Amino acid sequence: MSENMSGEEMTTFTKIPKQVEEVLEKCDLSTSRRNFLKSAGLLVVSLATGVANQAEGAAQAAQAAPGLYPDPNFRQLDSWIVIHENGTATFYVGKTDCGQGTGTAYRQMMSDELDIAYDKTSLIMGSTHVTVDQGGSGGSDGVQVDGWPMRRTAAEARRVLLELASKQLGVPVDQLAVSEGVITVKANPSRRVTYGELIGGKRFNVTLTGNNINATTGVAKVKDVQDLKIIGKSPQRYDIPAKVDGSLKWAADVKLPGMVHARNVKPPVAGAKMISIDEASVRDVPGFIRVVSKGNYVAVICEREEQAIRAARQLKVDWQKPAAPAFPTSEDLFKFMRAAKPTSSSDPNVEGNPDAALAGAAKVVEAEYDFPFQGHTAFSPAHALADPSNGQMTIYTNDMKSYGMRNGVAEFLKIPREQVRVVWMEGPQAYGRTAADDAGFEAAYLAKEVGRPVRMQWTRQEETAWDSKGPAFTFKMRGGLDARNNLVAFDYLAQAADYNHIGYNEQDTVLIAQLMGIRRATPASGGGDGPDDMYAIPNRRTAIQVVGMPMIWETPLRTGNLRDPNGPQVTFAAESFIDELAVAANADPVEFRLKLLAASTTDDPAFKRARSIAVIKAAAQTYGWDTRSSRKPLGAGNILTGRGIGYCFRGQTVIANIVEVDVNRRTGHVWVKRVVCAHDCGLVINPEGLRRTVEGGMLHALSRTLHEEVKFDTEKVTSVDWNSHPSLTHLDTPARIDVVIVNGDPNPNRPDLPHYGAGEASCKPLGAAVANAIYDATGVRLRRVPFRDARVLAALKSANVV
Amino acid sequence: MANVTLKVNGKTHTVDIDPSTPLLYILRNDLDLHGPRFGCGLGQCGACTVIINGVATRSCITPTSSVKSDITTLEGLSKDGALHPLQQAWIEEQVPQCGFCQNGQIMTAKALLDKTPKPTDAQIREGMARTLCRCMTYYRIQAAIKRASQQIAGIEPASDKKEVVA
Ligand code: FES
Ligand code: FES
Repeated sequence: MSENMSGEEMTTFTKIPKQVEEVLEKCDLSTSRRNFLKSAGLLVVSLATGVANQAEGAAQAAQAAPGLYPDPNFRQLDSWIVIHENGTATFYVGKTDCGQGTGTAYRQMMSDELDIAYDKTSLIMGSTHVTVDQGGSGGSDGVQVDGWPMRRTAAEARRVLLELASKQLGVPVDQLAVSEGVITVKANPSRRVTYGELIGGKRFNVTLTGNNINATTGVAKVKDVQDLKIIGKSPQRYDIPAKVDGSLKWAADVKLPGMVHARNVKPPVAGAKMISIDEASVRDVPGFIRVVSKGNYVAVICEREEQAIRAARQLKVDWQKPAAPAFPTSEDLFKFMRAAKPTSSSDPNVEGNPDAALAGAAKVVEAEYDFPFQGHTAFSPAHALADPSNGQMTIYTNDMKSYGMRNGVAEFLKIPREQVRVVWMEGPQAYGRTAADDAGFEAAYLAKEVGRPVRMQWTRQEETAWDSKGPAFTFKMRGGLDARNNLVAFDYLAQAADYNHIGYNEQDTVLIAQLMGIRRATPASGGGDGPDDMYAIPNRRTAIQVVGMPMIWETPLRTGNLRDPNGPQVTFAAESFIDELAVAANADPVEFRLKLLAASTTDDPAFKRARSIAVIKAAAQTYGWDTRSSRKPLGAGNILTGRGIGYCFRGQTVIANIVEVDVNRRTGHVWVKRVVCAHDCGLVINPEGLRRTVEGGMLHALSRTLHEEVKFDTEKVTSVDWNSHPSLTHLDTPARIDVVIVNGDPNPNRPDLPHYGAGEASCKPLGAAVANAIYDATGVRLRRVPFRDARVLAALKSANVV
Repeated sequence: MANVTLKVNGKTHTVDIDPSTPLLYILRNDLDLHGPRFGCGLGQCGACTVIINGVATRSCITPTSSVKSDITTLEGLSKDGALHPLQQAWIEEQVPQCGFCQNGQIMTAKALLDKTPKPTDAQIREGMARTLCRCMTYYRIQAAIKRASQQIAGIEPASDKKEVVA
């Protein structure tokens, strides 16, 4: 028997094992982080002295802080920075790191502004009771937006420390120098005082200003770019050693005394109604505790994990199928979408007169593109642990938006939010609105029901089938070239199957709420996007429609944000179409794009047009691009080789991809053997970290382009594991990847660019680059993702390339 | 339930369990060894990989009762406090993004290098083909395996990944 339960004494009412209460009682409140934030005077912070493991620090903080959980005040410097007596510092930020090394970047930014050595610092992230609410992660804005209050608060701490030193040393601030946490008198460097000596273990007691957290600031100014020392360097990520030696405790690893294990029992088909549960069917399962159900939500709880797995499989539930099909089959999806009456059509964005320009064009090109539903299919299925001890609710999760989970769970369970805290810990990649949200709510609901810590773990099949999906898209485009092959008109229509798009941690749209029958009066309208390019096209129309599936609630095809929401879909279609136009113009695809960018001379505030030209040129140069049209004779042999480009921006970040592909004309297999990426996200915090994030983003996009599609029949998703839902593997990996960091606008007279986001831009143009390269290799245009072997082979056959 | 004795990373443990339970749950929940991870429970991803008899074994589909030999987990790779060359290479190449799959990558690579100390690029790709990463760190994993293999052979490793700054 596992040691966690044997011999445990339970308290009578709460069923919380005694040990938990003892742990909670034993906590010395004066040493807790929360108390540090609340009370004044000299205190010792118990956690994270020196370079502590971030997640463990957070877990410790949670352990040490029972009771109510007020929000750390972002207008207090002490909420952001603690200097310890040994001269080290701990930073507290309201962000999470989904694996891109943003934690390291935050530490670099704050260390630099504070003027302390990077390795004398540590960072605590994203736990609602100890870190200010910066919303967790999302939108690639951690460095771009949230990095600013981090920099300003650290700069303010440096300013305050200089003032303290000035008093102590009796020398004006302007006669002091500071380096690596040591302040010296310029004229006599032997006179010195360290940060630790000045304030170690004590509060700053400095109030900051700012209407909202992003505007938080003190009096001090941040450093000029040329004074930055740690920003722009590539210290190794602090979280990696514990991830390769097995010592990291992830959210999936938290174990509490008295903890029990839960598994969901999902409806066998979408929209099925739960009629009855035969609890007797699982009573013989050792360790069985309870079946919990409400509406169509059903879960089993057992003492041990393998017992919960068995009970979930064995439980007999009578389900009634819905009368009408939930959705068309994945084969019929695009036909269905094109025929569907849109749930919304935004007013098209129109420049010039596209219809007249198309009517007068020398050549008109038309094409339609399709992009299927795709899932996050996180590497580890969703999981969370919820602890209801002492009438509180603590959730241990890897959800990237821990603050949202706190609010949502409090509303969902109808308990005051001061009694809820969410402890963020490391987990599998969280590229958007994953099912980690759902698992957190489920664990909390079940924990409240059974009064014991409950660990919820989804299965692989559940994750792949029921995780939220990136919406499917269809596109229809027309382009007109004049007699000199200039692009004079571009008419774009996108349809997104995105009706009732779910948000993050919403108490009325998380899956458990939907299954319980909760319905929001007005479903979210959802949305699509137009292309993000800086092309100057005189006549242009961008129209976007949203369509819905027949079933919009309790559906495994619920849509939510998936890494770079809509970007891969839209850019695949738009940048493929630009390539089709280049072919029609018999132009080189790089030159064709550069000409469209150079056709305007108006600059936007972030110089995106000039930077677009710079990234395309940098990519072409790195690749060794030779100027020619993609109209060329077919190669001999089984392997046909081609090159293709894709370009776009995301927010202020500008990116161009060039890929080289081998297409096997006998099998239809596509290998992207080389990838070049030119990437401009302004000021780079950690170049080596950036390269890896960009590589990961591109290969994620490659996986989505070559392999990924959610398949379904009319009642259920049939892509349920890594066989039925293939993902990129080691075999697909390019032989060479070059990431070129293009830094800013090439015009030296313009100001330095700030740091922009980089977590998602590299997902965006790759699909089109691959499609364009396949065309270059074979003369065959693929207009539907993914490019699995059978689809490519069929296309080659119908074009007589085989 | 029955007493089952397991030797893991040189230590012997006796646990009272249902012997048909997949090894993964016993390692994680009873022995607190969290190197091996749950990714699919279906033998498809490699997250749960441990080494038994020199073979990279997917513990999520291995009944505990079937294990007759010593088990090595990620926690057992380091020797006398020194990381295994693979782990060292993983840090030098800064391989992980989220890192959740990396137990599977490292343990699979360990079994690969033990059998094929100087793998070719093709052997690395083939040998690692069934070990998945959803953050798609494959390019760096392959570089790290080469680096470790050179390290083990006593060759000063050089990253073969070219990097360019414009
Ligand atoms: S968890 Fe064992 S192979 Fe995926
Ligand atoms: S590093 Fe995230 S799954 Fe591999």
